[in-house]
Amino acid sequence: MLNYIIRRILQSIPILFVVLTLVFVFVRVLPGDPAVAALGDYASKEAVQALREKLGLDVSLWVQYFRFLGNLFKGDLGTSLITGYPVAKQVIRVLPYTLELTVCAILFGYILGIPLGISAAVRRNSFIDYFNRVFSLLGLSVPAFYLGILLMYLFSIKLMWFPVVGGGDLSDPLDNLRHLFLPGLTLGLIMTAYITRMTRSSLLEILQDDYVRTARSKGITDRRVLYKHALRNALIPIVALGGLYAVVLIGSSVMVEIVFSRPGLGSLMVGAIKQRDYNTLQSVMVIYAGMVVVINLMTDLIYGLVDPRIKYK
Amino acid sequence: MYKELSVQQKMWLTFRRNRPALIGAVFTILIMLIAIFAPWIAPHDPLVQDPAIRLEGMTSDHRLGTDDFGRDVLSRIIHGSRVSLVIGLASVLLGMVAGTMMGMIAGYYRGKVETLIMRGVDVMMCFPDLILAIVITAVLGANLVNLVITLGLVMMPRFARLAHGQLLSLTESEYVLAARAIGFHVPRILGRHIFPNIFGELFVAATLWVGVAIRLEANLAFVGLGISPPTPTWGNMIREGVDVMINAPWISIYSGLAILITILAFNMLGDGLRDIADPKLRGV
Repeated sequence: MLNYIIRRILQSIPILFVVLTLVFVFVRVLPGDPAVAALGDYASKEAVQALREKLGLDVSLWVQYFRFLGNLFKGDLGTSLITGYPVAKQVIRVLPYTLELTVCAILFGYILGIPLGISAAVRRNSFIDYFNRVFSLLGLSVPAFYLGILLMYLFSIKLMWFPVVGGGDLSDPLDNLRHLFLPGLTLGLIMTAYITRMTRSSLLEILQDDYVRTARSKGITDRRVLYKHALRNALIPIVALGGLYAVVLIGSSVMVEIVFSRPGLGSLMVGAIKQRDYNTLQSVMVIYAGMVVVINLMTDLIYGLVDPRIKYK
Repeated sequence: MYKELSVQQKMWLTFRRNRPALIGAVFTILIMLIAIFAPWIAPHDPLVQDPAIRLEGMTSDHRLGTDDFGRDVLSRIIHGSRVSLVIGLASVLLGMVAGTMMGMIAGYYRGKVETLIMRGVDVMMCFPDLILAIVITAVLGANLVNLVITLGLVMMPRFARLAHGQLLSLTESEYVLAARAIGFHVPRILGRHIFPNIFGELFVAATLWVGVAIRLEANLAFVGLGISPPTPTWGNMIREGVDVMINAPWISIYSGLAILITILAFNMLGDGLRDIADPKLRGV
């Protein structure tokens, strides 16, 4: 097992390396000179040149590339071209907000979605199944930012139960939770829709299998067939696709952060693009890609836990 | 007298019996017609401003009210369908052509070519769709053509993976081996023999992914990276509406509803087509 984990981590290193290169290239081909962007259009040539030197933009791209990789290894993300603060500090400040949002939404999706999916599959074509299908189709179709706006309008503007914007104070759990509720609900509902649909369809497929019929014909109770025989196998695709949806969810979190003006990686990234803040942008992209790589890794590992046929060799 | 039905007739029957798919198809066609005939359907010019009727609620003249500049919301929603549909359909087509070619080449030749292409796909898929879309738009700049290219690039790896997976099982099939034995050249084998067999699968996925592309476009517009105002796009309208949410919530709500209905229609249609393509999955 440990061997497998190490090998799997080693396998993701080349991918991560190419990702880093891609990020570097993306950010360099962005139109506009960051030094001009930072100083404004009316800055003197000398001032722009001085800033370029200070930022290390005057050297060749190759040198910049190796500096970028070298600094990243040391955990140095550079300084923001706009605020002048170290990027690492900014990222560490907002990262908890993004993590609490995405982790909440993923948990919410699984906790609500799996029982909903099971209930729909077991009572196929009943009212609850019908309701589930409509709900998951809506969840699959609605853009996260639109759902966020609707919830914000209903709960914050009309009912005034929750604050409209902001991320809340991290050191004050109650305040933090109040601010987390609506954004978390937005993403959570969407995740629930994905998980419900997936649970339902994979369970329905398995309930038609021969071994389920065999188990039933042996006289095993429906309940036991469902939980001991069918569900175990239905979990395999749920885990595999769950990882995929978690990645989609990270993308949606960007929009939700912007709708609710929450501090987070998403707001940081969009702000950095608009202000041509190279250093911040590349760091945020690296972190996003890192999150995806970690999710894929975890999916693979959990995969082995639920599917005993997969041996870690 | 019992009459044997052809495959097409059976498919059509399956489709007709699938009520969600039928509703999806009807709505898809309806939305396309609205987009094509927008200037004739819209009651007002979507760009004409009238400060005297700013943020007016529903009236008999302006059925869905007016926005911050006194423009008719209904007309803007009708015209907004054009951008969404053009970008949604064109980008998926672009992604399908490019991605399928990549996936087919990787799956047919295997070896180093496969490694190179498919690892490239893996890398692109390391970024969530939206983040990739945001960054590419920032690089290319936002206009209609660039947005199609951006979203086409985002869709490409999905199609590449799908086509590649299909090819793996098909390259060893007898009819492909036969075509090779006859000595057909590779483009002919890929295009005339293999492609028709994977097209169904690709088409179903494409239908579902049009919805994804439309949603991505709306996301970009909402962030302010879409087609610039005053061109009416649904994403732009929602963004402008949010600023006046307290006084005029209808702008955002109705524009968003237009996006939701469109994506819903494509998803229902796609689900239905999938059921036809794979009868085992019917109703699953």
